[in-house]
Order: sequence, then structure tokens, then C-alpha cells
Amino acid sequence: MLARIQKKLSPVEAMTRSHRLRWWELLPWVAGIACYFLFPPYLALGSQIFIMVLFALSLDLILGYAGIITLGHAAFFGVGAYAAGILSVQGWHEPITGLIFAGAAAGAVGLVSGLIILRTTGLTLLMLTLAIVFMLEEAANKAGWLTGGADGLQGMQIDEIFGVFRFDMFGHTAYWYCLAVLFVAWIFVRVLVHSPFGRSLTGIRENVVRMHAIGTPVRRRLVTAYTISAILAGIAGGLLAQTTQFVGLNVLSFQRSGGVLIMLIFGGVGRLYGAFVGAPAYMIAEDELAKTDPVYWFFWLGLLLVLVVMFARGGILGLLDEALRLVKRGRR
Amino acid sequence: MEGLLSTIISILFHGTAYAMILYIVSVGLSVTMGLMGFANLAHGVFAMAGGYVTVTLMNSYGVPFALSLAAACIVVALASIVLERMLYARLYSAGELEQVLFTIGLIFMATAAAKFAWGPLPQRMTVPEIFHQEFHFGAVTFPAYRAFILVSGFAIVIALWLAIERTNFGARIRAAVDNRRMAQSLGINTGQLFTLTFALGSGLAALGGGLGAEILAINPGYAFEHLVYFLIVVAVGGLGSIRGPFFAALLLGISDFACKYLIPEFGAFFIYVATFALLLWRPAGLFGRA
Repeated sequence: MLARIQKKLSPVEAMTRSHRLRWWELLPWVAGIACYFLFPPYLALGSQIFIMVLFALSLDLILGYAGIITLGHAAFFGVGAYAAGILSVQGWHEPITGLIFAGAAAGAVGLVSGLIILRTTGLTLLMLTLAIVFMLEEAANKAGWLTGGADGLQGMQIDEIFGVFRFDMFGHTAYWYCLAVLFVAWIFVRVLVHSPFGRSLTGIRENVVRMHAIGTPVRRRLVTAYTISAILAGIAGGLLAQTTQFVGLNVLSFQRSGGVLIMLIFGGVGRLYGAFVGAPAYMIAEDELAKTDPVYWFFWLGLLLVLVVMFARGGILGLLDEALRLVKRGRR
Repeated sequence: MEGLLSTIISILFHGTAYAMILYIVSVGLSVTMGLMGFANLAHGVFAMAGGYVTVTLMNSYGVPFALSLAAACIVVALASIVLERMLYARLYSAGELEQVLFTIGLIFMATAAAKFAWGPLPQRMTVPEIFHQEFHFGAVTFPAYRAFILVSGFAIVIALWLAIERTNFGARIRAAVDNRRMAQSLGINTGQLFTLTFALGSGLAALGGGLGAEILAINPGYAFEHLVYFLIVVAVGGLGSIRGPFFAALLLGISDFACKYLIPEFGAFFIYVATFALLLWRPAGLFGRA
């Protein structure tokens, strides 16, 4: 009995150890590499999945950790996609700098909009995020001379990565490119959420009054997190533009905001790995089911969403946690 | 000069008719959100359902126009009571995120169900013969059906105001919006009040959907397409208010019509900009309490 109590970590110890790498954290990368060899016909879908994982990861940072509820996250994805696309159409074809440009453009929009809208909370904040995404979509739709309008942005051209790896029509290069960018972003986000900064975000989510009381600059933290999240979302958008060499209006749609939210919820919010589970599950299911019958797909998607909200708020990873707990309890 | 005047009158006329529909659909949402603090994105589903019931009764069964509208209103209100008791009530104490996701799920299901039952195309409504004519005042033409929407819209607004301001039921709703706990301790059954108000709001939305089927076409995507406009009306008007959404709807309806008529190259862009600015200026809306 005593030994068991001693074995249980104290809260402080648990916190100091939480950043250590566990073996299962490498699973997504093993799976990512294995899928390249196992499913060669699905490489295009694979890179799309990595892009959406990155997008969902960026949303997790503000939704799961900082607790900002947004319906307008596609705004940053879209700005990144259009930034990368327009840069390429205007004659700059280098991919890495294009991606940096996409992140910077989205980050700038995130910083400005964050400074303005994060003064509000609740429903007003939700409305403002919605207004931003609709505003940008309408702007992109009407500014046809720059964005191609409803026809989409065409004529993108992307050079070889590092001057060596050419984007091929089978999507080999795109696959590794997306996986590598996602890996770098994952390391960055992982370090970030375990840092004092990340802890303060969780604190703001859990009890904003107390965080004010102990002197945390709450708004500045939120705006910083919002901007970082916007940059990551913009990079995801830029990746989509570069790998598909096309940008359509749908990158800025409300549906995309909703979609990424659903992916994250299915995976599990505020867990860092919810994005890695939810996005592939959603995209593979969509690829399989929506092909045959999009009407049924939306019906089951809606039903699943209702069920998750009612019975499994932790998503797939939450269910997994509970199952593990049950197994452990059974063993005792 | 005369051309300008007739343009202005025409914009005001059509914009107000549009605003009436927006108001009738959205006012229930405002009360739901104000009373229960529930972020119900699926409110448009009730309007869509009302539209489908009205159009189907009229086109397939030859039911008269007024009777179809009344039937839609009652059917949707009853269905919403079932939904509220079985599903919504469980989430009153949940967070905003859960409510948003739950209602998005409902929209998905309703959209798919509507597409399955009625197909993807918009439903054409055949308005009764009397409404086919047009009135002429100088250079401006007023379609009779729009005028009818205008008149019935105002009638509903007045009836609603009287019901909220003058009846005992209205007083209880206002009390519950102002201070739910106090109302509860005074012996008002807020749970029952919620259900009734929800049903009333959904019934009105159904009425708006049926009445406005000519302006906001009834198709499976209805709930998503017009969601942002319903939300703008509620957020700009102020949650829990009956009066606020009316002025917000007028503002939105007329300016939206004016924008799309006068500067089509910008579309709805200025509407979103204006909403954005307005909400920053008054986060609780024009008539809401901060």
C-alpha cells in the first residue's frame, strides 16, 4: 500500500516530468513513414492529411490550451494559402521562402485581428471570428484581379526544394515535404506547450481571474498564442497551395473552419495529439464514404458529432484513456 | 433626381421586406440565447423545416397558403419541444464549445435529411393568385407578395411586443432573462418556461421560413447559408432582447439590399465590416446589456 502511494507522483513531480518524451509520441512519425511504403497510390491524400494535422494542431494551441473558441480559423489558413499562391504567380518560385511568407502573412493578420477581437469573450468573440472569415472570403471572391476570384488562383509554379527535389506528379516530394514541415512544427508546439508560456495559457483557460490576480499579462499571452497559431495555420495553408499548385475560395470558407474544429474534437482537444488522430480519421473516412454518397456522409458526420458531444467529450484519445484506466483497474 | 428617389424607395421597400423575414426567423434565437445562454447555431434548421412543410403542403396536397403556414408553425414548434427536452436540455450547463459542436452536428443531419427527402434543388413556392399583381407608384413597382410580407411582418412584431410586454407569460420571460435565479426563487418554473419559449421561437422561425420562401429560397443548405445573417441580427441586436433584433434586422436587411444593388462589385463585404466594427464598439450589441 505504502509503496503504491510513494510510486504515485506528486503533482509537482508530474509537472516537471510531463515534457519528457514517451515512446508512443513517436508513433505518428513511424506511421507517417510506413504509410509511404505501404500505400503508394494514396500519397496525395497523405500529404493532405499532414496539412490538416498541422492546421488542427495550430487550432489546438488556441482552443485546447488557451481556451479561445473560434469559428474563423480558416481565415489564417486561407491567408497563408493565398499568400503562397500569389507570391508564386507573381514570379517567386522558391518553396521554403514561400512558406515563410505564407506564415508571416497569416501571422500579421492574426496579430492585428487578435489585438482587436481578444478584448471580447463568449458569443461576441465567436461572432467576430465568424465575421473575419466571411469578410476575407468575400474580399478574395471580389478581388478577382489578385486572387482569381471564384475560379481560383491558377498558374502557380514551384521550384525544386533546396534546388534538388522536384515536385513530381505522383506526390512523392510533396509527401516528404509536408511530413518534414509537420515534424518541425510539432517539435515547436511541443516545446511551447510545456514551457512556462504554455502553462500560463492552460492557467488562463482554467481560471482567468486567478491568472489576472497572480499578475499574468493575460491579454498579451492570448494575443501571442493567437498569432503563433495563425502563423502555423498559414504555413498549413501555404503547404496546401504549394503541393496542389492551386488555391480555391474554399480555403477561406466557414466549412473549413468547422471541419478542422470537428477533426480536433474527434481526436481530442488540448492533448497535442488530438490533431494527429482526428485529422487522419476524419480525412480517411471522408475519402472512403463521401465518394460513394456525400449525403449519407454528412448525416453520419452530424450524428457522430452529436454523440461525441453527448457521451465522449475527450474524443478518440479520451476514450482510449478511459479504456486504459479500466484495464489497469481490472488488473489490480 | 426622380430616378434616385425611386431607387431609394425601392431599396427601402425590398430591404424592409427582407428585414421582416430575418427578424421573424431570428427573434426566437435571440430569446433562446438570452434566456438559456445557449449558442444555438441550428436555429436556421427550424426555419428550413418550416419552409419545407409549407411548400410541400401547398404544392403536393393543395392546402391553402394560410393553413400551410399555420401547420408549419405548429408542427415545427411541437418537434422542437421534443428536441429541446431530449437533447438541448442536457447541454444547458455545458460549455460554449460543446453547444456549438452539437448544433453544427444537428445542421449536418438536417441538411442531409432535407437533401434525401426533397433533393438538392431549391423548392419553388407558388404564391396564391391574389399576390401575383403589382402596385405602381410613379416609377416604382411593388410586388404584392412583398407588400404582404411587410404587412404581416409588422403585425407579428406588434403581436410579439404585446405578448412580451403586456402578458403574464411575457413578464415571466423578461424576469427569467434579467435574473434567472431570482425568477426561480420567486416560483417561476424556468425549465418549463425555457421549453415553451424555445417552442415559440422555433414556431416563429418556421413561420418566417415559410413566409420568406420566396426571398430566402428553401434548399438543403439553408441553415448554413443564412446562419451568419441570423447570428448578425442577434449579436448586433443584443441577446435576449425582442426590440434589438428588430432594429438590427432592419439595418441589416436594408443595407444588405442596398450594397448588393448599388455596389455589387463588393457584395456583402461591407456588411461584415460593419458588423465587425459595431461589435467592437458595443460588444453586447445595440440594445444588449454589457
